[in-house]
This record gives sequence, structure tokens and C-alpha cells, in this order.
Amino acid sequence: MRFTKDHEWVVVEGDIATVGITAYAAEQLGDVVFVEVPEVGKTVAQGDGLAVVESVKAASDVYAPVSGEVVEANAELGDAPETVNAVPEAGGWFAKLKLSNPAEVDALMDRDAYEAFLSTL
Amino acid sequence: MSMNNVGRPTRPEASNDDAGFNSLSGGRGLLQDEPLIFELGGWTKTGVDLPDVVPADSALAGLTRDEPIGLPGLSEPEAVRHYVRLSQKNHAIDLALYPLGSCTMKHNPRLNEKMARLPGLSDIHPLQPQSTVQGAIELMDRLAHWLKTLTGMPAVALSPKAGAHGELCGLLAIRAAHEAAGNGHRKTVLAPTSAHGTNPATAAFCGYTVVEIAQTDDGRVDLADLEAKLGDHVAAIMVTNPNTCGLFERDVVEIARLTHAAGAYFYCDGANFNAIVGRVRPGDLGVDAMHINLHKTFSTPHGGGGPGAGPVVLSEALAPFAPTPWVVHDENGYKLVEEAVGPAAQAFGRMSAFHGQMGMYVRAYAYMLSHGADGLRQVAEDAVLNANYIKARLSDLMSPAFPEGPCMHEALFDDAWLEDTGVTTLDFAKAMIDEGFHPMTMYFPLVVHGAMLIEPTETESKAELDRFIEALRLLAQAAKAGETGRFKNAPHLAPLKRLDETLAARKPKLKWKPVAPAPLAAE
Amino acid sequence: MRYLPLTPEDRADMLGVIGAGSIDELFVDVPAVARRSEPVDLPHHAGEIEVERELLRLSRRNRSAAEGPFFVGAGAYRHHVPATVDHIIQRSEFLTSYTPYQPEIAQGTLQVLFEFQSQVAALTGMDVANASLYDGSTATAEAVMMAQRVTRKNKAVLSGGVHPQYVGAVETLAHAAGVTTHRLPAAIDAEDAVIAAIDADTACVVVQTPNVFGTATDVTRIAEAAHAAGALLIVVTTEAVSYGLLKSPGAMGADIAVAEGQSIGNGLNFGGPYVGLFACREKFVRQAPGRLCGETVDADGKRGFVLTLSTREQHIRRDKATSNICTNSGLCALAFSIHMSLLGEQGLRQLASLNHQKALATAKALAAIPGVEILTPRFFNEFAVRLPKDAAEVVETLAAHGVIAGVPYSRLEPGAGLDDVLLVATTETTLDTDITFFAKLLAGAVQ
Repeated sequence: MRFTKDHEWVVVEGDIATVGITAYAAEQLGDVVFVEVPEVGKTVAQGDGLAVVESVKAASDVYAPVSGEVVEANAELGDAPETVNAVPEAGGWFAKLKLSNPAEVDALMDRDAYEAFLSTL
Repeated sequence: MSMNNVGRPTRPEASNDDAGFNSLSGGRGLLQDEPLIFELGGWTKTGVDLPDVVPADSALAGLTRDEPIGLPGLSEPEAVRHYVRLSQKNHAIDLALYPLGSCTMKHNPRLNEKMARLPGLSDIHPLQPQSTVQGAIELMDRLAHWLKTLTGMPAVALSPKAGAHGELCGLLAIRAAHEAAGNGHRKTVLAPTSAHGTNPATAAFCGYTVVEIAQTDDGRVDLADLEAKLGDHVAAIMVTNPNTCGLFERDVVEIARLTHAAGAYFYCDGANFNAIVGRVRPGDLGVDAMHINLHKTFSTPHGGGGPGAGPVVLSEALAPFAPTPWVVHDENGYKLVEEAVGPAAQAFGRMSAFHGQMGMYVRAYAYMLSHGADGLRQVAEDAVLNANYIKARLSDLMSPAFPEGPCMHEALFDDAWLEDTGVTTLDFAKAMIDEGFHPMTMYFPLVVHGAMLIEPTETESKAELDRFIEALRLLAQAAKAGETGRFKNAPHLAPLKRLDETLAARKPKLKWKPVAPAPLAAE
Repeated sequence: MRYLPLTPEDRADMLGVIGAGSIDELFVDVPAVARRSEPVDLPHHAGEIEVERELLRLSRRNRSAAEGPFFVGAGAYRHHVPATVDHIIQRSEFLTSYTPYQPEIAQGTLQVLFEFQSQVAALTGMDVANASLYDGSTATAEAVMMAQRVTRKNKAVLSGGVHPQYVGAVETLAHAAGVTTHRLPAAIDAEDAVIAAIDADTACVVVQTPNVFGTATDVTRIAEAAHAAGALLIVVTTEAVSYGLLKSPGAMGADIAVAEGQSIGNGLNFGGPYVGLFACREKFVRQAPGRLCGETVDADGKRGFVLTLSTREQHIRRDKATSNICTNSGLCALAFSIHMSLLGEQGLRQLASLNHQKALATAKALAAIPGVEILTPRFFNEFAVRLPKDAAEVVETLAAHGVIAGVPYSRLEPGAGLDDVLLVATTETTLDTDITFFAKLLAGAVQ
């Protein structure tokens, strides 16, 4: 699992990257009440808005940690946005991207680096 | 001697602790539980008596509504009780101090309500012949005169229906002026991070991109940052003055000069005009457009969320682009110009149907006449005095966000003083409810951590301020003494406890739905 | 000054606590160039007696609707409002409260909003309704903006039956936001022209029923055509009482229904404040403008209401908000809701029928006048007539004789070539003698 400074995570299997937000981000947001997941087929560049995650008093953009095409969105979040709070780094994933530039993944933080980054906040 | 010998106790028994007492029926003394009209009303019940209808031939065959609509009806006594019971679950300025910063919850004079209900002002139609509404148009003209004089601005567009609508009107006038001058490429609006949410929302609605201006440590616009961000791409700046930190923008004249030098316009959010009315004219500061919330400064009631009115005063440069309608008058009387033709061709359009919030104009005009130039000046002075008094008397216990110098009409505190108490701004605010006061504005402006923005207004007496201050002092001491239970579950004494906003947002129930009938038992 | 509680002694004491020598020291941040030592050039304060005298003077220069025959509509209607309504909306707890952001001490307003939303959803036949917008015209403009967000297309088609001042409000907002508007020429019965104007770029189709000429239309075919093109259908209604007699927008396929709610519970007030009704299909609710009230429970499990889905709104979403609206028409919505509760389904239906019957009677009386032609084929309580003369002149002539005859269409849209068209509206307040007198005067005026 790789991480960004905007608190997204990525897991790559083959050329497919699964994207979500970190446990830290989910904790900071509070109760997630709605997730706007991207449409399948949408192409995003690294850093583009990918999804929107909402708590009662805040709406936050989730940025694409890597470039690619959306091949699947987590439909379960529509009825159960609380999954993001319950299992942010597993079942609370937002979208799966077909990587267009796999090298981008290598530049992201590993867990140790992310933990170190969090300790500076 | 004859006497009624049926005696009964007329002094209460020694009171035991009633904590935890519950009634048998769920009623609570004067505070009644109240169902929805859909649960109370009848589908065939009505609270109006109308004459019987004699059907005549109609051409509406095939267009009529034949299915049930689903509207409950109440008889008049049931309706009166329903709404009176509901009303008793509301806080109100008539009940106690309502210190919402940025909202100017001042006393709403009842004379204004009476005047707004004069048949000659309330029972007139916006499209009846202008010859039959000369008094109404004259009133609009008088109101316009007062607003222009108080702001030192040459023109006013009366029609915007609220503050945000006024912002839209002002930015559209700015946009039209730029386009007329061949400057349609200016697409950026600069606004401080501390701005009201309506500012960026309005700018975006007008097709502008919003760029934030930094703030100085003393809560003002950072001039250097403003200067760096101004340029040929900037259409306007939107600055609230007095600003949302409750401070006067000391450099406002320089802000205006820099803005104009860069070819941009200065939109001033006038939400806080109450602090300066009668003492400072925005026209003297270099403002090009400013909305005035009649429901704030000029006391028209907030009504649980509206209606308001947001006239916009305009500089010479923007006046030609004002939306229709507006008032003109000559020896023949008053006239509403309703169409942007002829000399009015530069008007950018209209903000809405008809002529604006007449009902609010009447109230605001009655308020202005009541205060006069002298009284309005006193309004600003007392509003500022009351806020500074609160700030002075709470600063030893709470942490003012900007301790140096006076504030204007609102006192802003951060939550530094709550550090390590386990009590948050929200908890503190909710505990105020138990003390009988409405919370202050919380977590706004965004630039101050855990912000608590207190606007007492000028219509609070010193005694009421002292009562409020004493309550806050006791609460602050309780928070520091670690009485977290008082705060974490607050309010304890309101009609309801804290509500589950997460549930409301995750599974929105936005209207009443009939309870599904129980499934039939299997045979 | 009767509204200012501080005494001179209070002020002196308070300045002492603050540590300021004078009030001027509190205004020290005001640049010298803008400090004013004297009040502005306006009259000094006045007592209730003087203020009442001035407002009464102004009110007496207006001819109120109650004074005699009155047939003015075109987006605002004079209905009878039960006395209970005005009594309740003047209760302190409704009149002088703010937006219900603290639900524990605002359940009164919140429950009213929930009931209001439920009533509006039922009336419009839509899934959900919001807690009100400013008025019908701005609600229409907001609906067009919402259609742009939902469809990501930038063209709005407006029927020739939409109130011209509503068109004006839409154009103002749409053009600023980069939406082009295609408004069809004024037409009394416009269905086919609207269908023909829909294309693949169309984000929304805006139709009004009953339209500005009073024509009631089943817009189902327009809905089908709009949906086939991937556009939303926005149905506008300026006379909310018509919901009691005519098919609802929802039943005819509307995606968004907007209306002027003034007719229920609210007086004419020379054009405002009114109350914009806004309802839509559930799947679009997160793109809707304005406040929404929702049901939930409190910490003890008791039912309660809160403002919800607030992340759409300006105070949270700022430049990405679905609208910039903050203050809405809360008190007018309360008036609407009280009046609607008093009417109930039965009362509303009866009121609507009564309005329709008055219009039929008026049309019959006017149609008997030589040279006067009823133009509206199917109407509710308002219709257009063609006069053998300039309608604005006729209106002035009749006004001089105590009858306010209606709205000359040319006032709404000069240059449309309809200077001889008069819009005539009736309500339950129209007396049979009003109709007779109007017809008699009109017959004389058009000879």
C-alpha cells in the first residue's frame, strides 16, 4: 500500500490500482455521510479530483494518486458510506483505476514514510 | 362570619430533587410534544369555510387532478394549537439575547409590522397601473434616498431579495461594466479566506474564479498579498468591512486605491454595516458596490430564515449597469422603469420578477424614520460599545482572537483557552443553551481556530449584557474546572437533546411518508 | 430613542470597563478621511405617532385591491388569507428567530419546514421539496442552473408561455453562468413549438402551466421529448392554487417543479416578499439549491428535525456550492404551510374550483362584448383577451372608474406585438357584482 500527502492510499494489482482514503483521513473527517464516486470510463491525471467525500459539516475532494482510467467504482458506498469510517483501508475503497503511468506509484510514500509524515502534522 | 371552609395548601411542599422526573403521558408542563400535521389532520377536514361551488362547463377535461393529493387539514382551533405548541420550541430575539455574530439579531420593532400591514401598502399588486400605486413607488424612492445618503453612494438597486442576491447583483453590475469596457477577460475575484461563504459561491455563480487573499496577524487584509494578486485578470475584490473578525479594515482606503489602480472594482459585503451606520459612509472609502441586509442593519425580522432584502448601492461607474426596475420621478409623479430600453439599455437585466421586497422596504423605512440620522449613528455606537464591553469583561477567562485594539460590533474569541479542558467550542456553545441563551456563531470565520463570534447588537440593555456575561463566565470557569459532563451532553434543558445529524445525512428523510400498513398475517 | 436601552450612565460605565476615554476611541481604526463628526443629512428620530402619519400618507396614495373590482394576476394573486395565518406568523418565536442552525432550540421552525416540504412535495407530485427559495422567478432560474449541473449541458429552452419577467430572471443568472437561453416567441398555446426546439444540446426545457396567458397544458409530451434528448423538464407554476384542480407537474413527467407560493398564505405586498417553491426528483436532490430539513432522532431517541445535506450549501461548499442562497423565505413558507393546513385537501380543491368558476363566469361576461375575444383555450383562473384597443389605455380608463381590469401584456413584454392583449385574473375574492361592473365598463371603453 502506498500513500500520498493528501491522505489517499493505493494498492496495485497488475495494472489496476485500488484507491481509498487513509484511516487518518477518515478519522479527521468524522462520520462520512456521502461519497460521490467517479463514473466508470472517466480518465484522470495524477492530482485530479477523483471523488468527493462528505461528512455532515465538510466536503473534501479526493485526488487521484495516480493517472489512469476508472474501471470500477465502489457501489457499496452509496448505501453504506459508513464503510469508509469502518474499514477505510479495505472495503471503504473508492475506485479502481487502470494505470496509465505505473511509475507514478513508485514515487508515493510507503507506510513508514506516511507514518513519519503524519507525525509532523 | 361566613367563610369558605374548603381549604387547600397555598404554599409548596419542601421540594425534593426532581431530576429524572418524567411525566406519565410524555407531556412536559408548558412544553407539549406535538405530532406532524400529517398525523394530526384529517383528509376531509378543513379550517376554512368557502361558498359551495356551482359547477359550470369547463374546458379542462383531461387536465384535472383526480388522484388524492395527500394534504391533511386542520380545523382552526387545532391549527392554532399546533403552531403555538411548535413556536414554544424556538429560541427568539424576543425571548433572550441571540448573539449570532454576522447575523445582527436585534430587536424587531412592532410598529414596523403594523405599518407593513396597512392595506394601502400590503394589499397592492406589483402590476396594477402605476397611477394607482404612487405612494408605494414614492416609498421606494424615499428608501433609496436614505440608503444613498447613509452610504454616500450615488445609486441603489433595490430589488435584490437578500444579501446573497445583492452580492450577485453587485457582481453582475461589475461584470457588465467590464464587458462594456472591453474587459470581459477579467475572470478572477479576490476574497479573503475569512469571507462569508456567500462571497465565493456568488462569484462562482457569475462565472468567476475565486482566489483567496491572505490575512495579517491582526485580522486584516494583507496589503502586500493583495497587491501581488491584483492584475489585469482581476474583475473585483470582495471584502467585508467591518470584516468577519469584527474588525474595521484600517487600510480600506488603500485597498480601494490599489484595486482601482489595477482596473478592478471593490465589492464590499455590507453584512456588518450595523457597526458603522451613520458614522462612516462606504462611499468615502472607495467602495464601488455594497449590499445592505435590511434584515440586519434595518431590523426587518429574520423570520426563521427569511425573507430578507438586499439592496445594493453602486458607484458612478457601476450605476449605468443597475438592473431594472428603478424609480424616477418628475412633476407628473413617480415611475418605475421596468424595461432596459432607451437610455436604460446598459442595465444588465432583472434580478427577479416584480420590484423587490416591498414588505421589507416598509419595515426598514419605518425603522429609519424612527431612528433618524441621530438615532442611527447611536445604533452604530451602542452596537460597538456593547461588543467591546463583552470583549473586555470576558478577556481574562476566554481568549480574544485579536486582543489588540477595539473590535467593532462583534467580539471574536478562539478556543485556545479551552485547550486541555476536553471541552470544544461546540460543547461550550451547546451549554449556553442550558443557560437560556442562543449560542454565538461558531467555527466562523474559518481563519480563527474554534471561533466564537459574539454580536450582541445595540438593542441589549446593560443589565441583559451583564446577565449574559455572568453566565459565560460561570460556564468558562466550569469548563476550566473540568466539569465536562455539563458540556459534553449539553443541552440538558432544551426541548430536545443533541440531534443525530449523521443519521439525517446518511439516510435523508425529507418529507413525511405514511407508515406502511402491517403486512397481512399469513393464512 | 425608544429602541436603544443604554442610558448615558451605562455608556460611561461601560467605556470605563473597556478603558476607553470616549466612543470615538472605539472607532479609531476608521481612516481619518471617512470619520464623520456629525450625523448625515437626514431627519432626526421620530416617535410612533409621526412615523405612522408618514406611512399612512404613503399608503393612502395607493389603491388597494380590496377597494373594488380587481382582476390583476400575471404571477401574483389576491386570495383571502385566514386571520389565523397572520396571527401565528407574528408570534415572536417564529417572527424573531434566525435560521434553525441550533436544532435543540429551533424545533418549531424545523418541524414547520419539514411539514412545508411535505406539503410542497405532495402538491407538485414530486419526490422532495426544499425549504423555500426567494420567489417563483428566482426558483426558476435556480432550476435552470441545477439542470446544467445534472446534465452538464449548457442550453435552456424556454417556452413562449413563460412569464416574461421569469424569463428575465433566468437570463440574468444563466448568461452569467455560461448557459445560453433559447426563448421561443410569446405564444398562448405553445406545446408543439417547444417540442420542436429541443435538441441534443438542451439541458432543460422550461414550461409554465397555467402559462402567462392562463393556458393550462398537459406537458407529458414535452416531458417525453425532453427526456428522449437527455434534457430535464422544468415545470413552472405561478398560481399555486391551481394545484388543487390541475394535474401535478410530477404526474406529467417534470424533473423539477418550481412555483410562486404567494397565493397561499401571503398577501400581494406589491411584489414581495413571496415564497419560491422548489421540488425535484429524489435522484437529483444533491444538486438542489437551498436548505433542506430532514427527520432524525436526538440523543434520547426522540424524533426531531435538522437542516441536512448542508454540504451543498455556500457556508460549507463555498465556490462549489449548488447556489449562493442563504436567507430564504422562511416566514412566507410558514404562512403558506399554515394556510395549507387550514385548507387541507378538501379546502384546496374547493378553493381551486371556486377560482375556476369565477374565471369561467368572467370570461363568459367579457366574451359577450362585441370586439372582445377570449384567447385562452383552457384556463384555470386567468385568461387572455384581445381588445379592439390598446390594452394599457383601456386599463387606465377603467382604473379611473374604480376597476383594475388586469395586466396589459405589453407591460410584461413591450414589443411582442401584443399591445391589444389583456390578462384577466379572478379569485375567490371576485364578487359577481365585480364581474358585472367590469363587463359594463369594458363594453363602454372599447366602443
